[in-house]
Amino acid sequence: MSIKREVIHPLDPYLRTERFPHIWCPGCGIGVVIGAFLRGWLETNIPREKLVVVSGIGCTSRAPGYLLFDTFHATHGRGIPFATGLKIANPDLTVVVIAGDGDLFSIGGNHFIHAARRNVDLTVICVNNFNYGMTGGQMAPTTPTDSKTTTSPYGNIEQPFNLVHLAVSAGAVYVARWTTYHVRQLQRAIKEALLKKGFSFVEVLSQCPINFGRRNQWPNSVSMLKYFKEHSQIRKDEPPEAAEITIGNKIIVGKFVDTERETFMDKYHRLVQCVTK
Amino acid sequence: MSNRRVLTGTHFWQGDIACAEGGIAAGCNVFAGYPITPSSEIMEHMARRLPEVGGVFIQMEDEIASAVTIIGASWAGAKAMTATSGPGISLMMESIGLAAMMETPVVLVNVQRGGPSTGLPTLWAQQDVMQARWGSHGDYEVIAVAPNSPQEMFDLTIEAFNLAEMYRVPVIVLSDAIVGHMTEKVVVPSAEDIQLVTRKYTDKSPTEYLPYLADDSLVPEMVKAGDGYFIHTTGLTHDEMGYPAMSGDAQKKLVTRLVNKIRNNADKIIKIEEHDTEDADVIVIAYGITARVVIPAIRRAKSHGVKVGLLRPITIWPFPEKRIVELNRHVGGWVMVELNCKQLYFEVERLLKDDSKLAFVGHPGGGLPNEEEIYNAIMEVAK
Repeated sequence: MSIKREVIHPLDPYLRTERFPHIWCPGCGIGVVIGAFLRGWLETNIPREKLVVVSGIGCTSRAPGYLLFDTFHATHGRGIPFATGLKIANPDLTVVVIAGDGDLFSIGGNHFIHAARRNVDLTVICVNNFNYGMTGGQMAPTTPTDSKTTTSPYGNIEQPFNLVHLAVSAGAVYVARWTTYHVRQLQRAIKEALLKKGFSFVEVLSQCPINFGRRNQWPNSVSMLKYFKEHSQIRKDEPPEAAEITIGNKIIVGKFVDTERETFMDKYHRLVQCVTK
Repeated sequence: MSNRRVLTGTHFWQGDIACAEGGIAAGCNVFAGYPITPSSEIMEHMARRLPEVGGVFIQMEDEIASAVTIIGASWAGAKAMTATSGPGISLMMESIGLAAMMETPVVLVNVQRGGPSTGLPTLWAQQDVMQARWGSHGDYEVIAVAPNSPQEMFDLTIEAFNLAEMYRVPVIVLSDAIVGHMTEKVVVPSAEDIQLVTRKYTDKSPTEYLPYLADDSLVPEMVKAGDGYFIHTTGLTHDEMGYPAMSGDAQKKLVTRLVNKIRNNADKIIKIEEHDTEDADVIVIAYGITARVVIPAIRRAKSHGVKVGLLRPITIWPFPEKRIVELNRHVGGWVMVELNCKQLYFEVERLLKDDSKLAFVGHPGGGLPNEEEIYNAIMEVAK
């Protein structure tokens, strides 16, 4: 089934439009992130053929399947090591991982912290919708305490990860958080992350009306966007530990870290020069 | 040591070192690994040698990352390998399925140790033979080769790269702790005498090219990331564009091809070493280190007038079924010797006629069947 499209969207040339309609639910925030990603990239001069997008498994991980670049849809949680392989084999590539919170921080959590630690020159964009959407709305390591999911029907008794704090602690050189309400800021953050040399991380808080929102206090996409708008406080260089997310309290968004550190491959190339001279 | 990839000459090398040198001679330029006994010497040697030849060595956070990283590296055009042992190869199984599904040339070395679980970290076994073939979920085919000496650790690692590139499959070098840790003479030929195969890159234009359209060879032409083809590659069942295709028809078309590209080429892939099999009454089948363990017992049986041959599958998967069936026309007795509790034994059993005798001599690892046991088994089936 494909939709005959009368109107051409300005981003159509960068999308695999023949694969539409996409799999995402009505009101999903992932499309907003895809738009911000493409517009952010268009503001860079990174050649299209050198931009590679990798993902794992889950709703967000389906994004590469709609992006008209070289795209790789790996196994659950393994987008980062796949991207690491691409980058170390060809450092001329700009390698981006777009995946969800469950993929990147539960099953793939170990890969995230180690890639940040070794400062592999990757950009990781995490769409954090607070749950496992594709499998029907189960609890994730990002589900806020007391929130309801299909595997925390009485409320989540666990404490979620503060992803920006985790990324900074692990050694990421660029860390920002925005929401699907902050489209322009998100676009700028993605642009900066793509241009940043080293491990850059952008967290995007996103609505998942079908599987997360309606089981909690957000019956539709607009109510969650309003929540993001009303609770977000834009800060610059705020301590990342202050950025934890609890329901009903402020959400700190903005850029947390933007620093310099020699990347894995730059250091490796210096090592090769020493060894071979 | 040297900035040369091929260290032509005669060496006294440990099996694991020979394996690493075989990889380098084959053009390996990315190695990703995680330490584990008894394969760690391969990654230690790679850590020293790859920077010398301009390749990339990376120590990953676990074996899953190691396997996935080499798949990613292969898609950027690298010849990539990893090395591990029992617990590590178990962790790599999902990724072997990904490599098979994405049709990615990679080499994985398994220096087998005794299992299950942590088992015998420092001691040998051949218990991962069936896992090598069936370990990832779903239907797929891989190629596995079993070296029986440091020389073959060198030669077969090169062969593994060539097969991986030719058929776009993960190839497993199924070694073991004895072969990995023994030190013997290894002769490295000159670089021009080493035949290397590189995957077939397409010469079609991006508009004509379909990433998963194969000709009669059943092996699609490849491109690499950065070539401007804007390919999509997924572990999901996919069509010829590489796009997800959730149907029984798409699954049948894809998975049948993945299986047949190896099965249909089995005769070209399979290598066997045979001694005195043509006029044998009894044939001993053994592979890897076990093929050396059986020699004294075979000699003794011969000295007692029994016509005994030795069949050593160098290629374990695809299994040399055709040759065994052929030999079974005149051979009445078979002895399977392996370091497990019957694995390839069952492969042989299903190939033999009802009136053929088949004996098993095994050990679950950390020990070896003694000459007496093997000799007795030969004499038993020779009756």
